[in-house]
Amino acid sequence: MTHHEGSKVPHVLRPAGRLSVSNPHFLVHSPKDNVGVVVVEGLQAGTEMLGVLTENDSTMKLTARHDIPIGHKVALKALKAGDTIIKYGEDIGRMVGDAVEGGHVHVHNLKTKRW
Amino acid sequence: MASKYSNMTFKGYRRANGRVGVRNHVIILPVDDISNAACEAVGNNIKGTLALPHSYGRLQFGADLDLHFRTMIGTGSNPNVAAVIVIGIEPGWTKRIVDGIAETGKPVAGFSIEQNGDLNTIQMASRKAKEFVHYATELQREECSISDLWVSTKCGESDTTTGLGSCPTVGNMYDKLIPEGIYGVFGETSEITGGEHICKERAANPELGERWYKMWKAYQDDVIEANKVDDLSESQPTKGNIEGGLTTIEEKALGNLEKIGRTSRYIDILEPAEQPKAGRGLYFMDSSSAAAECVTLMAAGGYVVHTFPTGQGNVVGNPIVPVIKISANPRTVRTMSEHIDVDVTGILRRDLTIDQAGDALIDMIVRTANGRNTAAEALGHREFSMTKLYRSA
Repeated sequence: MTHHEGSKVPHVLRPAGRLSVSNPHFLVHSPKDNVGVVVVEGLQAGTEMLGVLTENDSTMKLTARHDIPIGHKVALKALKAGDTIIKYGEDIGRMVGDAVEGGHVHVHNLKTKRW
Repeated sequence: MASKYSNMTFKGYRRANGRVGVRNHVIILPVDDISNAACEAVGNNIKGTLALPHSYGRLQFGADLDLHFRTMIGTGSNPNVAAVIVIGIEPGWTKRIVDGIAETGKPVAGFSIEQNGDLNTIQMASRKAKEFVHYATELQREECSISDLWVSTKCGESDTTTGLGSCPTVGNMYDKLIPEGIYGVFGETSEITGGEHICKERAANPELGERWYKMWKAYQDDVIEANKVDDLSESQPTKGNIEGGLTTIEEKALGNLEKIGRTSRYIDILEPAEQPKAGRGLYFMDSSSAAAECVTLMAAGGYVVHTFPTGQGNVVGNPIVPVIKISANPRTVRTMSEHIDVDVTGILRRDLTIDQAGDALIDMIVRTANGRNTAAEALGHREFSMTKLYRSA
């Protein structure tokens, strides 16, 4: 799997914090995933987010329904308790509460099936 | 087929046994906890030496004692070490470690405290340590092929950005350098939980994958299931992992496994601190997921440069192996910049590809091998942490 074909990339390591309009708010690993990862700081509820699927660089739009910290997951669709959460195209656990589309998914509503 | 990486070189220290080091330490190694004071005194007397105090080495037995000796002998044998002073409370175990290190052909001398006392021991060991410093400081770096490098990896204080950015950067480096003939190693047995089906399939052949799975399952059953008192919800993932957005062990494991890239296959499984014997390639080492323990074990296995992806900002270092920190988390790079050697935050902004990030890491590995001190070295991080399998007698 190649990660980033076709993206425009200056060969530099830029310092953090220079967001431009084309920078995504969240990234998604696999087309099978039902959650994405917020990759900007200070994301607020109501933000019209740009998302990028890293596997093929396709983009998507989604409205944030919560203030979601950087690194935390966002529901790509409405999720119900009992639903399996898919990330990297793999099962990472089961919802133990509901989440709206654009809502925060973390330890309050998602748990491993293992322990 | 030659690639653009085939002709890369670095300047290292070629040792008597043919291995190449990227540092040139003279270490003062205690056999046991009660010899720490004498070792630290020698380290203080003779500039250019480094004492490695630790907490164990008494009344250990069986596999746990074997691991202790393997860690001690492996640390002294690491090619980043030019010469070694070993100090123990009594001569028997001291000699066992001296003899093990001597097989590399490097200068090593042992001293024991009983019937000498700390002061005479320190005096004798200091004189020998001074000789070793003169010897080591006259050694010259020479040009070596990139294929002479042994590069380990383990991530820490992971978050979701490690799975997106810093771990795939390490994986890309392995995909490029393993075919050039370097030795690689990954481990963290408990942290593969949730990705064990993937790790099993990344073995070079199905028999090895089965062997790996049995090793992983035995750890799950004998250690985790036997000792856990809760759902491990604050240990795996850790508090820091959860703060960074990781929710479950499965999610953490899948990010962790990004470190082995897309094409690399591991060719053998190592015991903790065991040196590879199956030739060039990628290995799995059965090891703790605690950063200092894992890096210490991999250093004892003979690895000379460590690549360490971090999300929330693990600050670990090692006394003899440079630990290169890679982070894709912009908050961490902003608030903890003094700890980060390779900034790959551009991956999250989509203005840096994984391929470019891998090249940036390779460049930093070569610069580090040439002598550039890492952030952890400059900040004095010298965590030397023994892994213990069970209580001492």
